Amino acid sequence: MNIPPNLCYSESHEWILIENDIATVGITDYAQGELGDIVYFELPGVGSEAVKGEPFGTIEAVKTVTDLYAPMSGTVAEINSTLLDEPELANQDPYGKGWIIKIGLSISVQSKNLLSADEYSDIVG
Amino acid sequence: MTFAREWPALRPIVRLDLVGETGKKTSLYDYHLSLGAKMVPFGGFEMPVQYSGIIDEHLSVREAVGLFDLSHMGEFVISGSRAASFLQQMTTNDINAVQIGQAQYTAICNENGGIIDDCVLYRFSDHYLLVVNASNIEKDFGWLESNIQGEVLLKDRSDDFSLIAIQGPHSLDLICQVVSNPEEVKSLPFYWHCESVVAGAHVICARTGYTGELGYEIYINGEEAEPVWNILLEEGASLGVKPVGLGARDTLRVEMKYCLYGNDIDENTNPIEAGLGWITKLEKGDFVGKAAIAKVQSDGPERKLIGFELSDRSIARHGYSAICNGNIIGIVTSGTHSPTLGKSIGMAYVDSFHASTGTELEIDVRGKVIPATVVKTPFWTKGTATKIV
Repeated sequence: MNIPPNLCYSESHEWILIENDIATVGITDYAQGELGDIVYFELPGVGSEAVKGEPFGTIEAVKTVTDLYAPMSGTVAEINSTLLDEPELANQDPYGKGWIIKIGLSISVQSKNLLSADEYSDIVG
Repeated sequence: MTFAREWPALRPIVRLDLVGETGKKTSLYDYHLSLGAKMVPFGGFEMPVQYSGIIDEHLSVREAVGLFDLSHMGEFVISGSRAASFLQQMTTNDINAVQIGQAQYTAICNENGGIIDDCVLYRFSDHYLLVVNASNIEKDFGWLESNIQGEVLLKDRSDDFSLIAIQGPHSLDLICQVVSNPEEVKSLPFYWHCESVVAGAHVICARTGYTGELGYEIYINGEEAEPVWNILLEEGASLGVKPVGLGARDTLRVEMKYCLYGNDIDENTNPIEAGLGWITKLEKGDFVGKAAIAKVQSDGPERKLIGFELSDRSIARHGYSAICNGNIIGIVTSGTHSPTLGKSIGMAYVDSFHASTGTELEIDVRGKVIPATVVKTPFWTKGTATKIV
C-alpha cells in the first residue's frame, strides 16, 4: 500500500500536504481501494469555510457514498475541478492528479493532531 | 471518511435483512481469495463483491465475457405425477408453456399477490428444477412444502449444486471450447438448456442469465465446480474473460431494469406494479394470489416500478424519496452509476400518475433535490441476450 512519507494523514483517511499556508487534501490509496470505483465528487465552493472534523464534500462510489472530512480549518482556496468530470483520477492517482481541495490556513497551523506516514500505516496496516 | 468503521457501506447489495447468521462458503471460496476478491456476506454466504473493480468487470461482460460464481442460489427439485399441477398452482407463469429442455422466469406469490420470490424454472423429462434466491431458500421451501397436495416430491438440493454463469458477447465462443457437445450448446435458443460434460463433470448448461448479454449458466455438482471454473478461466484468457463479483452483477441487472428480490420486489409488492405482468398469466386457471393480482390488474396499479435518469452524477440509492411539486410520490428501490451509459440511473415505485415516460421528477439525495426524468427501459438496449447465434 502506497503511503508517501512526506505527507500527513488523518484517521478518516485523508492525506494532507502543508506548503506555507496552503493545505492540499486528498484521500489515501487505502481509502480509494476500500471505496472502489469513484463516480462522483460533490465539492464545496471556493471561498467557503472548511471546519476541522466537519464534512466538506461527498464521494459517491458505485456501491457506497461517504462524506469527506476537513482535516484542518480554513478557507477553501481551490478545488480540483477536473475530478468533477474525471472522478476516477482519485482511484488512479490519489496522491497526484486525484487531489481534492486546497485549504487556505488562516493562522499558521502546524501539523499537530495529524498522523505521520508511520502512524497512519499502523492504522491501516 | 469513516468507512473503515461504518462499512455497511455496500448497502444496495448487502442488506442486513439478507445476511444470514452464518456466512457459508461456496466451493470456489478459496479461488475468489486467490484472485484478490473482496468478500462480503450476501444471502447467508461469503460472496465476492468485486475483483478488479466493478466498472472494469461490468464492461468486460458488456464487451467480452465474465465469469460469476452464483453457487449461493437455491435449487429445488420437484418431481412426482402431480409436479406440474403443483407448480401451476404455486407460480404465476404458465407451466404448460414450458417444454422439456426449456426454462421459464416466474414468481411465487402469496394470497395477497405479494411476491414471495422470483425464480427460474427449468423443465427436464421427469422433474423440474426451481432456482430461487439464496436469501429465500428456507422461506420458499417451507411455503412450497406446506402447500403440497397429492403426489409431489420436493427436495432442497441447494447444498449439492454449484452455479457458474458465463455472460457476455464472447460467452458462446468460450463455452464451445469447454463443452463436450458444442453444436448442441450452440443451437440453444434463449431460455433453453441441455446436458453437457465440462472438465469431466456432468453439468446442466442453460442459456439463461441476469446481465442482458448472451450468456450461459452451468449447474454443477458442488465438488466439481473447481475444475469447471479453472478451465473457463484458462480457455477464456484469449477472449478477455474476467471473474465478476456481485457488485457488477448488480450494476448489470439495473441497466436492464431486472428486479432484485429484497430491493425492488418483496412480499409488499405485486407483479403488476413491479412490471412483471408478463410472467403473470391470469388466464391460465387458478393459482395462489390470482384473485388479488387480477384485482390490481383490473383496477390498475396504484404505483409502478419505473426507470429514471438523474440529471447529475450523484447516485439515487435504495430508500431515497421521489418527489414531484414538493410532494413525495414514490421511493427509489435501486440506483447506480451506469458504467455502460455513463449516467446515473435508478428504479423507483412512483404513483401511476407520475409513471409515464418523460415525466419530470426529483430525487431527494441526502437532503439535496436532484432533477430526474422517467425514461423507457431497459436502460441498456443493445444487449445480446436474445440474439440468434
